Amino acid sequence: MNVKAIDAAGLTKTFASRGTQVRAVRGLDLQVHPGELVAFLGPNGAGKSTSLRLLTTLLKPSEGVATVSGYDIRTDPAAVRGRIGYIGQLNSAGHNQRVRDEVVMQGRFYGLPRARAAQRAEALLETLELGRVSKRMVSSLSGGQRRRLDIAMGLVHAPPLLFLDEPSTGLDPQSRANLWRHILKLRDEFETTVFMTTHYLDEADEFAERVLVMDHGRVIADDTPAGLKSTLIGDRVTLEFGSAQEATNALPRLRGYASGNGREGPTRRDTRVELPVPDAARRLPELILELARDGAAPWSAETRRPTLDDVFFGLTGRTLRESGTVGDTGETAEPREEAE
Amino acid sequence: MSTASTDAPAQRAETESEGPTYPNGFLGDVWLVFVRELRPMLRDPASIVFGLLQPLVFVAMFMPLLSGFSDGELGLHWFVPGVLVMVSLFATATTGSNLQFDMHTGAHERTLVVPLRRAPLLIGRALKEMTPLTIQACVLVAITVPFGFRPDPLGAILGLVILAVFGVGFGALSYSLALAVRSQDWMFWMVQQAVLFPLMILSGMLLPLDRGPEWMRWLASVNPLGYVVKAERALFNGVFDVTLAQGAAAAVGVALVGLFVGTGAMRRA
Repeated sequence: MNVKAIDAAGLTKTFASRGTQVRAVRGLDLQVHPGELVAFLGPNGAGKSTSLRLLTTLLKPSEGVATVSGYDIRTDPAAVRGRIGYIGQLNSAGHNQRVRDEVVMQGRFYGLPRARAAQRAEALLETLELGRVSKRMVSSLSGGQRRRLDIAMGLVHAPPLLFLDEPSTGLDPQSRANLWRHILKLRDEFETTVFMTTHYLDEADEFAERVLVMDHGRVIADDTPAGLKSTLIGDRVTLEFGSAQEATNALPRLRGYASGNGREGPTRRDTRVELPVPDAARRLPELILELARDGAAPWSAETRRPTLDDVFFGLTGRTLRESGTVGDTGETAEPREEAE
Repeated sequence: MSTASTDAPAQRAETESEGPTYPNGFLGDVWLVFVRELRPMLRDPASIVFGLLQPLVFVAMFMPLLSGFSDGELGLHWFVPGVLVMVSLFATATTGSNLQFDMHTGAHERTLVVPLRRAPLLIGRALKEMTPLTIQACVLVAITVPFGFRPDPLGAILGLVILAVFGVGFGALSYSLALAVRSQDWMFWMVQQAVLFPLMILSGMLLPLDRGPEWMRWLASVNPLGYVVKAERALFNGVFDVTLAQGAAAAVGVALVGLFVGTGAMRRA
């Protein structure tokens, strides 16, 4: 299959909010090939969810074009819907419905014959450990159980392209692992393309083959997790000195080692100095020997692989956590669409 | 197994990738939405009875007063058909709040991203409305018969059909309101109350309007609900005249307007 799973150009979404125009997504260009697992990473309000809602036809773009599974999201949204799975941030099931009924009905919505839908529902409820509650009312489920039900509902038709909007938020570690096992199995069996948003860095780090970092409605980086980490910043080295003065004395020497794409040099806090160093494990002995020759040997040295949090910091100068300026409601609430 | 006991639309191929735009037919979509909406009620039939509490209070406590004021002229034969319309009005007027709840939880969004046509999302919901209200109306009639209510059998059946059609329309309007105000619950209830009570009073449902002032009678003459009430009174008393045609026309009119407005609102959702 040559058709790209997702092909978007200049996708833009503008909301009107209290008389001002808010550009939630600004010119998203994106190509995703069949079978890829792509993670969309960014703080709340960065435009991740809005992008996902554009691609899943829940919102109409203000500008730009996109095809999803080969169909135009503007002119043929219904065809797109039949070929994707979507697990949103909210709960999918009706609260007064029974668990199993909802999964079966979901399969029927996608055109599965009754027996096949029932069979799929049975299998999914079992895998997601919802078999015991399958006859219960949705409103009586715990948060984690509801999330797993959302996932069952999104997977019932075995979609070739799956969108997940912060799928593991609210799940305990065991359920998270379980969810991932399921998604990865789905990829192995059906070569499902997975496109997800997350703000769990470790999740993107561990599972995604490609990470898009989004900030203020734009994609600011697009690479493999390893690629992002090695090109943008090196490993992190932390050195502890006997005194603040010694630490300061060591700084000129350390500047030469910092991977510095101009952005980051060593930073000193009291007696500690932290700096990014490419391939740190290999270079650390040499670095310490040089410091010793200068008469500024550190007391202790530690290297750490960078996290995507470091990457985000390297890209924006802010950490993911402190970036949630818009707040959680920014993306889930339905802002009024601009008049078109 | 008790799986999917009632639903049976067209069987479809499983191959998503080369399938048609919509996997099910239009009526298949309507049917699936209808069944899904009806299911909680089928699983928990007791919930229907709660809706009867209010109309029963009116029959038990309002009607004796009315009967006294009218020197016994306005008894069960006059009052019960009106209360039946009240049942269909109240059961369907609040139904939009269910949709609002689904908007809050995300269940509504879910249905927007599956390959269902937009119109059946509304039509299926609206059609479901006739089920609880018909059951409630039947129970109410059954309760009042031992106290002396004597409905004409054929008239009663026709009356229930008209009520059901009206309920579909009014339910559709309630959903339209929910879609229009989105997640603002207070707005839904404010508009709903502002419309519901004038509509009810101006239909002559609880009190006859012939002694009201001119302006009220004029407003009543353009209230479709009034024609439904008149038709119900005639039918349940075995009178088949022009009120039947007027009531039926009013109910069909409300249904058509409701479905038209509602499907439009759902398409924009």
